Amino acid sequence: MNTRQPILELKNVTAGYNGLAVLKDVTLPVYAHDFIGVIGPNGGGKTTLVKVMLGLLKPWKGLVKSILDEKDGRGIGYLPQINQIDRKFPISVKDVILSGLIRKQRIVNRFTRDEIQLAAQMMHDMGIEQLAKKPIGELSGGQLQRVFLCRSVISSPSLLILDEPNTYVDNHFENELYEKLKILNQKMAIIVVSHDIGMISSYVKTIACVNTELHYHESNIISEEQLQAYNCPIKLITHGEIPHTVLGIHNHE
Amino acid sequence: MINLIQYDFFSNALLAAIFTSLSCGIIGTYIVSKRIVFISGGITHTSFGGVGLGYFAGINPLIGAAIFSLLSAFGIEFLSKKTDVREDSAIAIMWSFGMAIGVIFVYLTPGYAPNLMSYLFGSILTVSDTEIILIATLSLIILVFFLLFYKIILFIAFDEEFSLTRNIPVVFFNYLLMALIALTIVLSIKVAGIILILSLLTIPQAAANLFVKNFSSIAFWSVLIGFTGALTGLLGSYWWNIPSGAAIIFCLVIIFIILRIAKMLYIKLKH
Repeated sequence: MNTRQPILELKNVTAGYNGLAVLKDVTLPVYAHDFIGVIGPNGGGKTTLVKVMLGLLKPWKGLVKSILDEKDGRGIGYLPQINQIDRKFPISVKDVILSGLIRKQRIVNRFTRDEIQLAAQMMHDMGIEQLAKKPIGELSGGQLQRVFLCRSVISSPSLLILDEPNTYVDNHFENELYEKLKILNQKMAIIVVSHDIGMISSYVKTIACVNTELHYHESNIISEEQLQAYNCPIKLITHGEIPHTVLGIHNHE
Repeated sequence: MINLIQYDFFSNALLAAIFTSLSCGIIGTYIVSKRIVFISGGITHTSFGGVGLGYFAGINPLIGAAIFSLLSAFGIEFLSKKTDVREDSAIAIMWSFGMAIGVIFVYLTPGYAPNLMSYLFGSILTVSDTEIILIATLSLIILVFFLLFYKIILFIAFDEEFSLTRNIPVVFFNYLLMALIALTIVLSIKVAGIILILSLLTIPQAAANLFVKNFSSIAFWSVLIGFTGALTGLLGSYWWNIPSGAAIIFCLVIIFIILRIAKMLYIKLKH
């Protein structure tokens, strides 16, 4: 199938919380330049999968193998769910972005001129340079998402993991985000978690369905029958003659 | 004022006010930013168990308080990460259990427990030379630590999970900061008292946060506001012969209200 070495690989991973397995026997190799969409129902283990990949949660069984070199400060870039962020925390946009550069080998206080320059460049590219000194509490959802995207890629990671990046943002930014990801994908592998597969399916290369088990789908076109077979009960509505664009039904609770 | 400084007790009180404002200004900003005010309240009240134990065992109650507050600080940090105990319930249990132990020990101690009220409500005018040296040392350690590791402390407090993905020693920093919180609380007991300390760690920060929105600025202004409150409270307690701890808190609240009104007027005038 593929003779290249995966940059990150989960092998028969079982993991969960408080004695309850959320993921069972999950195997997922991630190669350079992959663009994987992770979909699945709420509570199906998408976020748990992300935590295992990031090393935040130790699996009960199985292996997480990674060749991502941490010595050069690259490793994995991470964009968490935005509702996990305390928006009243007294920190400026610029500091949030610079925090993407901290690493074990360098916990001293000052950032170099190059690093500050890099942060300024990223803010410029993302169109948020005027916000540099603002506290994050004064930003809109879309602006905040841009800031966290800057933070997650400022270290030029080899793998970028985004957990539900399309919540709390407008359609306009969502399009922009996926266009940005397309460009970033030339330099890094990307894994994007989403409950809404409609949007991601046209950008990702492959799809992983997570519902305790993980089924890997080597294509970005997926039908409702296939989802059923994967034990991944997400309802789809399909448009056009061929199901190349799929829209998930939104479950507003 | 100049006459007052000639008295030893007053110059000690002044030094205590300066260094307590410094340590509480910085540590309080950390506590408020990270939303661990309730945890700090738990540590504070648990330390009363140590004060009681100190009386009972015939050692300095502050040493007992230090042991209890350090243990409770590490206990909370451990519990909240390693087990699935509901954190706020665990803190409430510890909070009241510490107070209960304190009361039992004080009751069991034969004779009269001198200065008990000063541990509960503070007594800045009775701070000893040794305590001044301890408060000064701690506040300078805190200042240097925050100056050296400001960004790391800020980033970990802001987003612990992200910091973990960057492989920095998050756990080590968390325990170290919990220790500094516990020690700050213990060494502020003489100034504000167990029941009132929380205000030294939150009112100056709330007042500063009215005008500045950045961690380092909040810390800086908190130190100044805290010192202003401590000094006016100190003078007030001397002039009107009222308990110093309560006078300090009273002044801090007045300062907060004045600043809040000032901000309202400023916004009104601007528009």
